[in-house]
Amino acid sequence: MEPIITAKVQESIDHFANKDIYIHMETTNGAYASHFNEKFFSAGAYIRNARLSYEHGKIVGEGPYRVGLKLEIGWVYAEGLTHYGFDEKGRLLLAGHDFDGKLAVALQIGEEPFK
Amino acid sequence: MTMEIEKEQHVLVIFPHPDDEAFGVSGTIATHTKRGTPVTYACLTLGEMGRNLGNPPFATRESLPDIRKAELQKAAEALGIKDLRMMGLRDKTLEFEDDGKMADLVSDLLAELKPSLVISFYPGFSVHPDHEATARAVVRAFRRLPETERPKLHLVAFANNTDADLGQPDIVYDISNVFEKKMDAMRAHISQTIWLLKEMEKLLAQNDEATVQRVKFERFWTYRWDDDKVSELKA
Repeated sequence: MEPIITAKVQESIDHFANKDIYIHMETTNGAYASHFNEKFFSAGAYIRNARLSYEHGKIVGEGPYRVGLKLEIGWVYAEGLTHYGFDEKGRLLLAGHDFDGKLAVALQIGEEPFK
Repeated sequence: MTMEIEKEQHVLVIFPHPDDEAFGVSGTIATHTKRGTPVTYACLTLGEMGRNLGNPPFATRESLPDIRKAELQKAAEALGIKDLRMMGLRDKTLEFEDDGKMADLVSDLLAELKPSLVISFYPGFSVHPDHEATARAVVRAFRRLPETERPKLHLVAFANNTDADLGQPDIVYDISNVFEKKMDAMRAHISQTIWLLKEMEKLLAQNDEATVQRVKFERFWTYRWDDDKVSELKA
């Protein structure tokens, strides 16, 4: 993956607009956060291969970046995104890696379901 | 106080993530394989949700499973495990799986392999939700067997309340004579262990007593059937 180039990501977000797409989205602070620091409130969310369609989407911010997708009657968004790439099937992979190189957030869009 | 590792007929190791075997039990595994005792390692997931992807990243959420699969195979090879089974479940989902099917998975392994020893996590003291779900499945599968037919059950516990609530391990092995194999197993999982290994190797070089103790001694708690807190499966 490469550091995000907003124009490239925006182009891809536009490409997937108004198509039936699959989303992978996660945010996490790791399953051990509360083990190492008992005062840490551990939280996260995960959705894999949710099928949806969005009217339009945007990448905004100065980095880390935020991406929002406007659905017919709802929204998807993620913040803290730092890196982007494409897999062999042309799916857009967005990830936010923290200062230690740990994944903190991911938002991925593809026309085929993820494995 | 340490004890000798007993000779087993067949050892079954059940953990949810590639690398779960490396830190706590790989010296014990290597001791068994060195003697020619067959060891089966059933690894339930490929650690698909691992967070160490690097910055700059060396992997993506989608490429990580293949990387960790290759690392798991390398670790198994380093430890002389000839029967590595990747069970195809998904990281961080085990507690949401059907509990009956989770127990069946373990029951099937027990029926097929008839191990004399099973190594896994201690329920209630293993921190990660996947560890706990695995531990419960193992206990539930054991319960289906008559007491006299149950293999030995040696479990790893590392929750912060282990000392207070479970007490000291009843089994402590000195694995010094397979120390390098253990290091090789940890090194095999390099995508996950690189930071930790750097620190650990530095401390080992300094002969840091706590680190030496942690690596050279492996600790297990025999499951206390008289204090079995794992809930019954719903019929």
